[in-house]
Amino acid sequence: MPEIGENIIKVRGLVTRFGSHTVHDGLDLDVRRGEIIGVVGGSGTGKSVLLRAIVGLLKPNAGQIEVFGQSVRDTSAEEYRKLRRRWGVMFQDGALFSSLTVRQNVEAPMREQLDLPPRLQELLAGIKVRMVGLPDNAMTKYPSELSGGMRKRAGFARAIALDPEIVFLDEPTAGLDPIGAAAFDILIKQLQAALGLTVFFVTHDLDSLHANCDRIAVLADKKVLAVGTMNEMLEVDHPWVHEYFHGPRARAAIASAETQGAL
Amino acid sequence: MIPSPTGQAVGFALAEGKVILTGALRIDTVTDLTGAWDPATPSGLRAIDISDVTQVDTAGAWFLIDQQRQADRGGITLNIIGASEAQAQLIQTVRANMPTEDALQHPPVSVSDRLEAFGRKVVRATKVSVELTSFLGQVIATMAGIVIRPRRLRLTSLVHHCQDVGVSAIPIVALMAFLIGVVLAFQGAAQLRQFGAEVFVVDLIAISILRELGILLTAIIVAGRSGSAFTAAIGSMKMREEIDAMRTLGLDPVTILVVPRVLALIVMLPALGFIANISGLIGGALMSWIELGVSPAVFQTRLVSNTDVWHFSVGMIKAPFFALIIGIIGCYKGMIVGGNAESLGRMTSASVVLSIFLVIVLDALFSIFFAVVGV
Repeated sequence: MPEIGENIIKVRGLVTRFGSHTVHDGLDLDVRRGEIIGVVGGSGTGKSVLLRAIVGLLKPNAGQIEVFGQSVRDTSAEEYRKLRRRWGVMFQDGALFSSLTVRQNVEAPMREQLDLPPRLQELLAGIKVRMVGLPDNAMTKYPSELSGGMRKRAGFARAIALDPEIVFLDEPTAGLDPIGAAAFDILIKQLQAALGLTVFFVTHDLDSLHANCDRIAVLADKKVLAVGTMNEMLEVDHPWVHEYFHGPRARAAIASAETQGAL
Repeated sequence: MIPSPTGQAVGFALAEGKVILTGALRIDTVTDLTGAWDPATPSGLRAIDISDVTQVDTAGAWFLIDQQRQADRGGITLNIIGASEAQAQLIQTVRANMPTEDALQHPPVSVSDRLEAFGRKVVRATKVSVELTSFLGQVIATMAGIVIRPRRLRLTSLVHHCQDVGVSAIPIVALMAFLIGVVLAFQGAAQLRQFGAEVFVVDLIAISILRELGILLTAIIVAGRSGSAFTAAIGSMKMREEIDAMRTLGLDPVTILVVPRVLALIVMLPALGFIANISGLIGGALMSWIELGVSPAVFQTRLVSNTDVWHFSVGMIKAPFFALIIGIIGCYKGMIVGGNAESLGRMTSASVVLSIFLVIVLDALFSIFFAVVGV
């Protein structure tokens, strides 16, 4: 596993509003190089909005977002383009281009950003498709021919097509069956180790948090309420956080994580 | 050397028995090394030293593995030395995930494949026409049921759709027909003037608009406007499983969704066609007056005395049939929308194309029919 290093994402005083509805109000968050950070929070607390703000898809009303020490918004188009190459995003359900096959989807960022010989492009796409655990015959299939879990894997393959330093995953295990979700957790962990990734992921899945996260950030009351390891979270004295990490589902997840650890 | 976005480039030096790589071995730099040396030549090359390489990514790992493979083909064992723990792990992962040659082969498209694809299309088209016919039957049966028990008719829904497909379409239909009348008068005048037969422009306009153009163009506009809206509305309900929910509650989607829409079209299309006729005649009369000096009074007299009322009737008779086609296809295409937004979009455009096509086919059949019966 890569060493946990300096802060590579720095969010300070983030404010986002939709009309009169304030989603974030003075939100601060740091993400360190090489860690897996899970962002949790109730529905509508702006987890995905935070992700979209960090990658620059959404303009915050106030606040600063720096990735690799560079502002995401107040930067030239050229600088932003360079910055963007250093991260990959996997959206919920993959967001694959429906008119392209899986291989073409994975090749798409290479084709846009680089000038590689077609043969090399195919090879690298092939490696990525295999890395995310898809069978070879999935390469020529279209997204509509894949199951939900395979689409997520293909979306992951596209996100890591250019070997980014950070990957953003939006609910990677939502809508998967427990076996598929567990397999995806393992996949995230494996690729994180192999490629030295920093993983920022938004989730609802307590098992996934246990299995993957070095640190957890809890979004509530329009802020990051607490950041820390799982054990630290258990100590937090906030009603929602307490409910979340001590509820029946959380206990079950902790219990299963402990059994697995013992094995 | 091309600097990578991180400002690094890759370089190499040949030393005794080994290649020493420096810099970043990344996806955007590996191509610089292609052909830099030949790993298969038995010139004593035994190792690639990457201890000075700052960064290796998947493409870099592939490059190293590929060098080994090429050397292997030449009977040489090439070692990769100086890899850090993380780099070694990455090379390991990539080696385990190298795609097979078969997986990268593009399957060639043969004649039999094309033939098969063509056959599938034919079968699918046949299936669609069978399904469409059975859907038509289902709708007609449901309508017959409503005639027997009129209370099953959703009156509110019917009125709403009449407003939607009929009243709201009046401006566009009237304007379109008016302009068609103007164009016909203008073009007709230019030709008929050569024979000094200007006054026949009235017959030209009356017959072409009343018999064909008024209703046909109205049907095309309505197909584009309402047929597509039917497909989109029903299709998005299908996508969100609302149709299935209706069925589980014992509600019949055909009675609730399809019949009011189709009936609304059957009622409103003739009315729109009538408005188009009037508006087209007004446009024609206006242009005849300006261009040819045929006064509105003369136009009216000639229209009443020379144009058989059958021309008008032929147009009006066709209207409900066009309406049925547009309504049935719009609703049918909505009902067969699959689970994703892509299929909704495809079905909506397919619905418009198919209904316009069938309206024109039916119009042609009517022309033959009316010619045979002699009106």
